[in-house]
Amino acid sequence: MSFELRVERQLGDVAISANFTGNNGLTALFGPSGAGKTSLLNMVAGLLRPDRGRIAVGGEVLFDSDLGIDMAVQERRAGYVFQDGRLFPHLRVRENMEYGAQRAEGHGLMTLDEAATFLGIAHLLDRWPRTLSGGEAQRVAIGRALLSGPRFLLMDEPLASLDRARREEVMTVIERLRDEVRLPILYVSHDRAEVDRLAGLIVEI
Amino acid sequence: MMPGPEEWEVIRLSLKVSAVAVGLSLPLAFALAWALARGRFPGKVLLDALVHLPLVLPPVVTGWFLLIAFGPQGPAGRWLEVWLGLTFLFRWTGAALAAAVMALPLMVRAIRISLETVDPKLEQAAMTLGASRWRTFRTITLPLALPGVIAGAVLGFARSLGEFGATITFVSNIPGETQTLPLAIYSALQIPGAEPQVVRLVVVSVLLSLGALIASEALARRTGRGGHVL
Repeated sequence: MSFELRVERQLGDVAISANFTGNNGLTALFGPSGAGKTSLLNMVAGLLRPDRGRIAVGGEVLFDSDLGIDMAVQERRAGYVFQDGRLFPHLRVRENMEYGAQRAEGHGLMTLDEAATFLGIAHLLDRWPRTLSGGEAQRVAIGRALLSGPRFLLMDEPLASLDRARREEVMTVIERLRDEVRLPILYVSHDRAEVDRLAGLIVEI
Repeated sequence: MMPGPEEWEVIRLSLKVSAVAVGLSLPLAFALAWALARGRFPGKVLLDALVHLPLVLPPVVTGWFLLIAFGPQGPAGRWLEVWLGLTFLFRWTGAALAAAVMALPLMVRAIRISLETVDPKLEQAAMTLGASRWRTFRTITLPLALPGVIAGAVLGFARSLGEFGATITFVSNIPGETQTLPLAIYSALQIPGAEPQVVRLVVVSVLLSLGALIASEALARRTGRGGHVL
């Protein structure tokens, strides 16, 4: 079992709630914009605190309001790929990718060189983020998450800002992540075709 | 046309007073800017107003307040003399204090604006990658706000070089001790036939201010990767 979520959270007028158990591959959260999919990812990452409920990944409890458990963001070891990339603009690609590597000490999935080759960005390591195309930036963001020693990945519409050719590029990377790296992935999207292709389990939000 | 020994003394003193004023008040300015940009606490509006007060008060009034608070009989002045052996009245340290108080609002404003433009989403991203709050601050927030901090320091330095009213009220106009550039220009203007001296000091004033601005722009370009001060 990978992701177990049973959470409720009131955000202004919107009541966000979910109750599901993911599978071992890629679990997609699917639904229209504004339904709270990103908020759910933020809850798993520890950036947003549920009003009540329980979140566990791979049997480890990250949050449980009944037991008073609320693990710090830093300790959850989520590899979070944000919709807007969020590369650090003042650090080169290499420094961006190595930013979380401290935490990975001992349980790194791959080295910087392996990740760069895997993602096809070895030639970009000395560039500044602002000089990257959308697809390149998104692959760097994935690499940064992978090198931080994650126990699971959270991906928030990683294809949303990309044109058709770039989408295919990043989609192939995600398929390889799912099949070769074998980390549980929680994936947010509002695109049916994308979700059908990638997900082993689809949760409608 | 080169400055003479007395004028060099004025220049040296001005640079010392301004450097000490900015160097010592920059951490306080940063803390205040942080509290105003990020903090939520009762009395924030009042703190904001107090910090900005020297900007709008007549400088003579600020000087008088400094005299009351930091003079030998003043509450702060007595305490600092007993505990740190620091005295301010008629001393260059008092000139630096006056310059710091007058420069503080400008420094706080510049740093506050730069802190407000740092995207909290980048800080969140750093934390999901395992960075502690302190590492996030050191490696993300501070570098991204750095052009604003440099801009604040330069503005504060330039303001300190130009400080006149609060200084002359608080520590008077003593050559070699509290007579900074503007005070020396003012004194020279009172002396018939001292126009060449006035011109020399004015030229130095302009050059110093211009130099500070250009240096900060160059620094911000190098450290801020495209951030601008000017």
